[in-house]
Amino acid sequence: MTARFTTFLQSFGAVARLSWATLFAFWRSPIDLRPLIHQFDTAGLQSWSITVLTAAFTGMVLALQFSTGLEPYGASMYTGKLAALGIVRELGPMLTALLVGGRVGSGFAAELGSMVVTEQVDAIRALGADPVKKLVAPRVFACIVMLPLLTILADFVGISGAMIITVREVGITPSFFYAQILDTLWVSDLMHGLMKSVAFGYIIGIVGCFIGLNTSGGTEGVGHATTQAVVVGAICLLVSNFFLTKLFLALYG
Amino acid sequence: MAEPIIRFIGVQKAFGPKVIYEDCTLDVYPGETLTIIGGSGTGKSVLLKMLTGLLSTDAGSIQAFGQEVTKLDERGMGPIRRRFGFLFQSGALFDSLTVEQNIKYPLREHNWGTEKEMDARVAEVLDMVGLPGTEALKPAALSGGMRKRVGLARAIAIKPEVILYDEPTTGLDPINVRRINGLILSLQKRLGVTSIVVTHDMDSCFTVTDRIAMLYNKRIAFTGTAEETQRSEIRYVREFIAGGRGTLDEDIV
Repeated sequence: MTARFTTFLQSFGAVARLSWATLFAFWRSPIDLRPLIHQFDTAGLQSWSITVLTAAFTGMVLALQFSTGLEPYGASMYTGKLAALGIVRELGPMLTALLVGGRVGSGFAAELGSMVVTEQVDAIRALGADPVKKLVAPRVFACIVMLPLLTILADFVGISGAMIITVREVGITPSFFYAQILDTLWVSDLMHGLMKSVAFGYIIGIVGCFIGLNTSGGTEGVGHATTQAVVVGAICLLVSNFFLTKLFLALYG
Repeated sequence: MAEPIIRFIGVQKAFGPKVIYEDCTLDVYPGETLTIIGGSGTGKSVLLKMLTGLLSTDAGSIQAFGQEVTKLDERGMGPIRRRFGFLFQSGALFDSLTVEQNIKYPLREHNWGTEKEMDARVAEVLDMVGLPGTEALKPAALSGGMRKRVGLARAIAIKPEVILYDEPTTGLDPINVRRINGLILSLQKRLGVTSIVVTHDMDSCFTVTDRIAMLYNKRIAFTGTAEETQRSEIRYVREFIAGGRGTLDEDIV
């Protein structure tokens, strides 16, 4: 038990060191554009479809639940307010992070893990380059940039989904819904979600890369790393979400 | 005899509970081809990786070109790695890059020169390993033997002073084995480089080597010229040579 706890703490230290090295890699030398653009594409752009799908149906189901739940109080016309707040503050960033994390984080772990077991990471070092700069930095940076963008997309699609259902189920007009949203949502709500998604992007990138770089045990190890990246990534996201929310609420209310 | 350019002095290394080296001492002299033999899993590759700083040591000293390798950090290792060429067991080519980009990788890292000069160097080393015109191919399109030869081309591209071969002939057909052995010999003759070859293929060992070092019982237990090795009365040396020569027969039986 103590041994496991020590290992746990050691990984924390190792992740911190990797983060520092990643930051340092940016600061020290000019960014290689080609791998970065490649990562923007694979980690970000290619995730748009699952983001849209998840957000649309989550927005719709939220609207369904709120409109039914509020009906006994005669308040179902305020469905939009609740759904929009829920989406922009919590579900938009969180669900996007979980899905993109599952897709992208496992991809990072599999890719870097394969490179480790086929000695390609050793080769990078032996040829005089830095694997953190070559492999980790573009991936982490791409996640940090792309996740907030995907979250904005998710917010927009989610609220649109909620609008469609509210208009159909409750019978309000789209313009009333729209006015409600403008009345309810403040820039601070949006920022609350977006700041979280920046942190989530960092977590997805660093966890996937860290687990990938620490792969051992051949092909079996790569499989293990891939699963581990999804599980550890999701746990880190969920736990950090709580504390980040607590922090932002304390700071901005 | 000249001063050794590489020295291992009392090196210790363990992976968790598994001790690889207890007290490893070995000198390598400039211009020679030294072959390190020993059973599978005795840590022959580990020796090369410790020498290039890819793996850390637990205790002892490793000197290369008069510098203490074990005390250098990743950045400090840069200039030393520049003087080594490392042929990895599997070739360790980067899957995502073409043959040309693979060979240019170390050239770029060490600021070889203009794009034209790099192109010329790529063509030159591909010619040396007998694969002219393969620049545009991806590693996936190459056979195992070709991959190793491209790996070798990449390793010699920056004109290293010492070439490290990790199992250069393992898993290759007899024609490729002969070709690789021929390359090792001709590189030494043409470029005058020092070579360290890790292998358990006794035939190629006797073909290319000036001196043999045998790993046994967690240390370098024997060193001698090819002739001395063949005449050796030491039991484990005799057994290994006989066994190494006989592997093919045993496999068939």
